[in-house]
Amino acid sequence: MMRYSLFIGCQIPSRVPQYETAARAVLGKLGVDLVDNKQFNCCGYPMRNVDKKSYLLSSARNLALAEDAGHDMLVFCNCCYGALKNAEHIMKEEGRLQDEIREKLREMGLTYAGNVRIRHYLSVLYNEIGVAALKEQLQNTYKDLNIAVQYGCHLLRPSPVTQFDDPVKPTIFDELVAATGAKSVEWANKLECCGAPLMGINDGLSMDLSRQKIKAAVKAGAHFFCTSCPYCQIQFDTVQNMIVSKNPESEHLASVIFPQLLGLSMGIDPQTLGIGLNKRDITMIESYLTKE
Amino acid sequence: MVFTVSLYASLIIFVLGLIYKVYTWLHRQVGFSQERPRLLKRCLSALTGMALTVFSLKLFKLLQAFFLDVLLQRKILKESFLRWVMHMLIFWGFMLLLLMHALGQLITASLFSNYESTLNPYFFLRDLFGLMVLVGVVIAVVRRSLLKVPRLKTNAMDRYAIIILAVIILSGIFLTGLKITSKTEFSNMVDAYAGLWGEEARALESYWVSEQGLVSPELEPPFKENILKQGKRLHQTYCAYCHADAQSSFTSYSFAKALHPVAAALDRAGFVEIFWYIHFLSCFLGLAYLPFSKMLHIFSTPISLLANAVMDEEKSKPENIATRQVIELDACTHCCTCSLYCSAMMGYEAKLNPYILPSEKMAPLKALAAGKKLDETETKAVLEGVYLCTNCDRCTVVCPSGINLRQLWINAREKLLQQGPAEPLMLSQLSFVRGLNRQRVSDDLYGLPLEKADKAVRRRFEPLLEADRSIDLDQAGSGRVPSLISETTFSYCFGCQNCSTVCPVVANYENPQEALGLLPHQIMCSLGLGLTETAMASKMIWYCLTCYQCQEHCPQNVKVTDILYELKYMAVESMDEKTENEDQAGGLI
Repeated sequence: MMRYSLFIGCQIPSRVPQYETAARAVLGKLGVDLVDNKQFNCCGYPMRNVDKKSYLLSSARNLALAEDAGHDMLVFCNCCYGALKNAEHIMKEEGRLQDEIREKLREMGLTYAGNVRIRHYLSVLYNEIGVAALKEQLQNTYKDLNIAVQYGCHLLRPSPVTQFDDPVKPTIFDELVAATGAKSVEWANKLECCGAPLMGINDGLSMDLSRQKIKAAVKAGAHFFCTSCPYCQIQFDTVQNMIVSKNPESEHLASVIFPQLLGLSMGIDPQTLGIGLNKRDITMIESYLTKE
Repeated sequence: MVFTVSLYASLIIFVLGLIYKVYTWLHRQVGFSQERPRLLKRCLSALTGMALTVFSLKLFKLLQAFFLDVLLQRKILKESFLRWVMHMLIFWGFMLLLLMHALGQLITASLFSNYESTLNPYFFLRDLFGLMVLVGVVIAVVRRSLLKVPRLKTNAMDRYAIIILAVIILSGIFLTGLKITSKTEFSNMVDAYAGLWGEEARALESYWVSEQGLVSPELEPPFKENILKQGKRLHQTYCAYCHADAQSSFTSYSFAKALHPVAAALDRAGFVEIFWYIHFLSCFLGLAYLPFSKMLHIFSTPISLLANAVMDEEKSKPENIATRQVIELDACTHCCTCSLYCSAMMGYEAKLNPYILPSEKMAPLKALAAGKKLDETETKAVLEGVYLCTNCDRCTVVCPSGINLRQLWINAREKLLQQGPAEPLMLSQLSFVRGLNRQRVSDDLYGLPLEKADKAVRRRFEPLLEADRSIDLDQAGSGRVPSLISETTFSYCFGCQNCSTVCPVVANYENPQEALGLLPHQIMCSLGLGLTETAMASKMIWYCLTCYQCQEHCPQNVKVTDILYELKYMAVESMDEKTENEDQAGGLI
């Protein structure tokens, strides 16, 4: 039995609840046991831009809590993953800030020795369960379905810190998508940012970047985006809606979250996977399924 | 006389206070909105809203919420068993005391024809209910003082609520205890109901000293068997029909026993009367002050819980949401459950600004809704508090009072952003949710707070970007150095421009330098020359996606993105500095 401390983050429970129900259903069926911890706080990513101490303390407390619970951490959000991995990296170095953080943790009755592994669930699916075992669990596979895989920046880069996959030619996510029978298409700016980090700071720029991605994915013949991060998903779902409503002529492409894509082919019911909860309609995806 | 006057005075203050509170609920507004709905409109909408709910299927939801959330308080139970026990004891103890004892003549007497406060079960129940409240209050004190609940703050209002409850209950118990021991009380009762004297009076008194806790200055045990027998007979004839045994009032009786050595002296000094005054005056004080104290939550919290059960965020009328939000400010009991689970709690630990904690934001929001002006430092702190929020909704999910805190923050935030000082947190990913909700604000207002923040972090350094600025190459640099060793890697830069080539932000502009100031490679080059402040003037650092393409593709292992982060930290720190720019080329460190 694989057992992990689930780090759910802030965006998923409040804005993408279907991500959680889908991921829990899929991982549960694959024998991954998730331990909840109500004590976890924000990973610190949203504060990282302007306040290093708030960021680092947030991440470090989570790491200390997970270390105390004794399980590795499982993360569903690329930005949480990146923030936590980066904090792990920083805390390995010596410095005044690190001392301050350690002291603060001590005041809260916590210690962090760097002994907890931070895992993204895609990596667990690929490395611990494996594509072959995953395929055995499938009840239906997709036929003629083209998927534009959105890796997301904070999962891939900086690669010495995130240690997820080859940052220039990653394959893990593509292989996982391909396992379901769908085709992961090659598209122009596949490894670029979705635009979410600037939403609310420079909306024009943020939407420009999303629009370029949509355009490229449509051009490559994709039927859907597939995401593994709530920020990318919100950007391709809620923000894309804003883009389209402003300019109805602009190209569009709905986005499915990976556990939704995988869950359908594992025979999990669409209700649990929250297929109806995406802002842009993805119900069409079921028509690509064929019985094994 | 004093009793009647103070009773009516406190009742009048209480009723006027409640009317005033309801008026504020229908008049005040939390935060920002383009138009302010009229009082009359809000009244009518609230009434029609309530009527429509009562005469619809939602009534069942309402009833369910009333039983489970108001009477049984399941939201507290979900959070903590100890707190649930504490609150149930206080709530039920106090409510039953109020109905059975305080309003005894009005309510209990009309329900039960044989009601007499000194008869059982009432005599016993009064003590039981009092003890329930007392135990609850003790748990509350222990929780707030001895148990180290993280981020649980206790303010003056919390102390007042605990103290007033404790004084009311303890004075009641003391009063009854003193009465049990009091010879004066005993003599008055004998005169009024028995009219005995001589031997018979002594026999009754002996029996009461021996069996009912009376302390007599003249008579002391041991008593002769036959006298006690006679006393008991007299007791049964004259007293028992409307006075249960003193032992049934068990807490007061125990207290009376403890008082024994000094009881006679206290009786002579008139302590029965003193405690009678303390008891009813504290009750009336509690009543009169209730609408202005935390105790108002016995009205406002059920309203909030019921509204929470039936109101729909999307479908409800805006004026009803406005009304509900003002009620919610009063429905907060400052229990601090929200702050226990707040995702941004480490922001509080790092910055030690209490307004970052949701429970502590309620007081300033209340003050703002009441139209009070906060001073500059206070406004700044409150603004940082409402903005350092990850919008995870946890506070709303856990709030035992059913307050929709999420909506409250969103509303309060916009007004402060528009009217308050520049907030550098706006330039962080905390702004994501404001971006998603931008339709709530008109387009011309939406960008203003962002411009304000951008100006504040770059104002000082902007002149440094002037193209024809002369740089003194002999002077030393400003001396600003990034805090981590890895962030000095800019010195490895050999100017290949890979970072700027792969940057998606740079690629998005036809004339990137005009839009961004300096491009990533130029920033690295500036740092190499010691022109740190010049680099801080660049818009590029704030429009960085943190996608790490630059850092990943640097052939020299320059930590480009991490360096941009450091520049942002330095720019924020220098926001309030009044010093002149010192930027001169100082060379690679």
